[in-house]
Amino acid sequence: MLVYGTITMAGAESGSQKKVFDAEAASFLVKELRESFGSGRTRSYEWRVSQVKALLKAVVENEDQIVDALRSDLAKPPLETVVYEVGMFKNSCEVILKELKHWMVPEKVKTSISTFPSSAEIVPEPLGVVLVISAWNYPILLSLDPVVGAIAAGNAVVLKPSEIAPASSSLLAKLIEKYMDNSFIRVVEGAVDETTALLQQKWDKIFYTGNGKVGRIVMTAAAKHLTPVVLELGGKSPVVVDSNINLKVAARRIISGKWGLNNGQACISPDYIITTKDCAPKLVDVLKTELENCYGKNPLESEDLSRIVSSNHFARLSKLLNDDKVSGKIAYGGEKDEKKLRIAPTVLLDVPQDSLIMGEEIFGPLLPIITVNKVEESIDVINSGSKPLAAYIFTNNKKFKEQFVKNVSAGGLLVNDTVLHLVVHTLPFGGVGESGMGAYHGKFSFDAFTHKKAVLYRSFAGDASLRYPPYTDTKLRLMKALIGGSIIGIIRALFGWS
Amino acid sequence: MERSVEALERDLKSVRKYYGSGKTKDASWRESQLKGLQNFIVEREEEIVRALKHDLGKHYVEAFRDEVGTLMKTLNLATKSLKKWMAAKEAKLPQIALLSSAELVPEPLGLVLIISSWNFPFGLSLEPLIGAVAAGNTVVLKPSEMSPSCSSLLATVLPTYLDNKAIKVIEGGPEVGELLLQQKWDKIFFTGSARVGRIVMSAAAVHLTPVTLELGGKCPALVDSLSFSWDREVAAKRILVAKFGACAGQACIAIDYILVEKGFSSNLVSLMKVWIKKMFGENPKESNTIARIVNKKQFMRLKNFLTEPKVKESVVVGGSMHENDLFIEPTILLDPPLDSEIMSEEIFGPVLPIITLDKIEDSVEFINSRPKPLAIYAFTKNQTLQRRLLSETSSGSLVFNDAILQYIADTLPFGGVGECGFGKYHGKFSFDLFSHHKAVARRSYFTDFWFRFPPWTLQKLQLLEVSYNLDYLGILLVILGLKRSKRSLS
Repeated sequence: MLVYGTITMAGAESGSQKKVFDAEAASFLVKELRESFGSGRTRSYEWRVSQVKALLKAVVENEDQIVDALRSDLAKPPLETVVYEVGMFKNSCEVILKELKHWMVPEKVKTSISTFPSSAEIVPEPLGVVLVISAWNYPILLSLDPVVGAIAAGNAVVLKPSEIAPASSSLLAKLIEKYMDNSFIRVVEGAVDETTALLQQKWDKIFYTGNGKVGRIVMTAAAKHLTPVVLELGGKSPVVVDSNINLKVAARRIISGKWGLNNGQACISPDYIITTKDCAPKLVDVLKTELENCYGKNPLESEDLSRIVSSNHFARLSKLLNDDKVSGKIAYGGEKDEKKLRIAPTVLLDVPQDSLIMGEEIFGPLLPIITVNKVEESIDVINSGSKPLAAYIFTNNKKFKEQFVKNVSAGGLLVNDTVLHLVVHTLPFGGVGESGMGAYHGKFSFDAFTHKKAVLYRSFAGDASLRYPPYTDTKLRLMKALIGGSIIGIIRALFGWS
Repeated sequence: MERSVEALERDLKSVRKYYGSGKTKDASWRESQLKGLQNFIVEREEEIVRALKHDLGKHYVEAFRDEVGTLMKTLNLATKSLKKWMAAKEAKLPQIALLSSAELVPEPLGLVLIISSWNFPFGLSLEPLIGAVAAGNTVVLKPSEMSPSCSSLLATVLPTYLDNKAIKVIEGGPEVGELLLQQKWDKIFFTGSARVGRIVMSAAAVHLTPVTLELGGKCPALVDSLSFSWDREVAAKRILVAKFGACAGQACIAIDYILVEKGFSSNLVSLMKVWIKKMFGENPKESNTIARIVNKKQFMRLKNFLTEPKVKESVVVGGSMHENDLFIEPTILLDPPLDSEIMSEEIFGPVLPIITLDKIEDSVEFINSRPKPLAIYAFTKNQTLQRRLLSETSSGSLVFNDAILQYIADTLPFGGVGECGFGKYHGKFSFDLFSHHKAVARRSYFTDFWFRFPPWTLQKLQLLEVSYNLDYLGILLVILGLKRSKRSLS
């Protein structure tokens, strides 16, 4: 699946033979984009809107090709592609088209007596030339969502899609070349070498979606140029299931968020369940029933489930299942087809916390259940690990709910459902701690690629001499009074009475 | 504080454990810490000012104006606003009731590291500390060893006003800094040079720790040909105080150099000469109104700027340097060569080059051909030029007809862009900087969309599409069979 050394530079020297995309080529690309950016064209509202519309058009007009590409890369069910990759992206564009004018307006802010007389505002401006590196699991959405945010904010963008989803990568390159203004927006395809060449350059921002290991590499490369970064990483997103809830609804929502999302290969996928020893068997039964309702008796053959993306990941997931510590714990599923890279929805019960499957982000169709005596203990279990991207809780107990929200730190928290908070564009989507830094979606995307410039307007009138040397006691008293904010104090100081 | 790695790790572990108890999340704890800081500043004002005098030769009034007073202002604001800042913010939900509620809940990050600089040792240590504590974090502060009395005051006296289980001050130089950077933090806030900024960010990358870097750059001040003499005088005064009156130019937002039209430059120079005398006296060294250079190394760095022959020739005001007292008098240069060191490095001292241009509008290109600065100052009433600067240049901040003042405006974010850093603070921005804004959404058990679940059918596809597009009418039409999709599922 890895495509080494194959590069296409969309928009550059078409017709000539494919050259290796090395550091020199990367440097040339950045230089070109900086010159374009310097022209100032991206600052205009009209340009930004035209580009957002063009990208939207590219996706809408080529939906079939997108469905095909995702089918090829991941055997992703067309419905998932249409709803998540295309649908969510369309939504992003629509939000931008509706709101961009407001976002671009400088925000007037109040000034206080300390700078009187003055007026001030915060002016959003683009950062310049930014790099977006995306992932393989939602290759279209995770590429275009940040890209459209960067464009809305007025930047020039280079996109490096994941080589692990090659059909999507090459489709993105084709579409962006065809529909977008190539003086400002480019795609560089490739793998480790090309990414390294890009990371050596100086960018005004780097937006990376992927895993923590490469996240560290990206941030270290960015440090050399003091480039700020957004890292959308992952983690083990827990689901806490309390007793006295509607288990059927909970199970269906868990299923929808786990296997309904690229067969568990999503950063906000419910990774594992924590429930009480009493509740666990009931939960397992309900899950079994509902899984069968969704995927039939032979889920390995179901067309409604994505396959595993690559043989590497297949081997990784198999290893988790072959771990001695979880032998005999499989309550449902466990079937695998190596040739077709398929693994059936699998539920494991009573998994020990030191097993392999509990030691890393699963990113696959395996759902371990951890049992505790009292459901409140789940908070400690979660907090003993690193902060996840999302945490889910199913409960009707108001007190426990409040406790959970107060004490569990995660990128986002959702009560009584899974994944849906992602869809609401007024909520920032991003991690904390090991699950990442920075956020996007809706206006947060615009902000992620914007510099908020502080602007202070002063006049020459009303100049207070107390700022300037020579320094006198009167000036000192007056200053103290001003800080204190009391009018009496100021008057007294002015008259030398304090 | 002991310096051994084991002792440090032990201390950090106990701080983390304390954080885990949840105590610092309480509003009452945060208020008590802010009060403690307030008491420190008020009760120890004399010692603070004395330490600043000792380390940097700052005059009492300068110390108050730039550090003590500003901290008092920030503490007043933080105390007044804390409850408001801590409150969850409701997020507007789109019409379709997929979720029943959504809000942003600010929570502390955990254990944060603040590394501050020597030029405003109290301000640059405590402004971020106020934000960190207001946000409910535990903190380790490492003040700069280059301002030793200030560092010592912070390490020995400040802790007596605060909760030592949560806030620690660790003194030391680069070795201690390195030791600290190897640990895992939930955030690092660094004020200093770009060189060290790179080291900090690289160290943070190992643990995926988010950072804020407040660095520096060459802040230009362009001076238009102002027609009113009142305006010219005010401009000159403001420029002088923003260079020589701000820690003798050793400030990240001090005016680094001036851009002015050829025709106006001599006017400006004479005006500045007059006001230098009025502000700093006939003998600035004796008048004690200008701070000292912090140490010999920095002094020699500044002295070396003037050893380049063409630079030396360009001195039009001042120029005398007293090594023993680490004092440099206000010095103005007229048109030193653009490729000289003084025009390529951040000056950070009381030497002010004036660069003349044919037209003042050329300053836009001049500024843009150089790295983005922390601040751009423009003394002009010309609205066209103002608009051009606003939209064609990029900097941390932009100030018209004054300088440095943006530092005390709480409603304006203070931070850099590009080489001068990233992240911003002051006012509520400080609180936000040290917070994680957690998205919390809730769903009820009712209103589930049956079409969310496989097996997938064409109708479910249509329904999902319209519901994700938040289209109520569309849903109705599909259910009634009145809306058809052109696609197929195969």
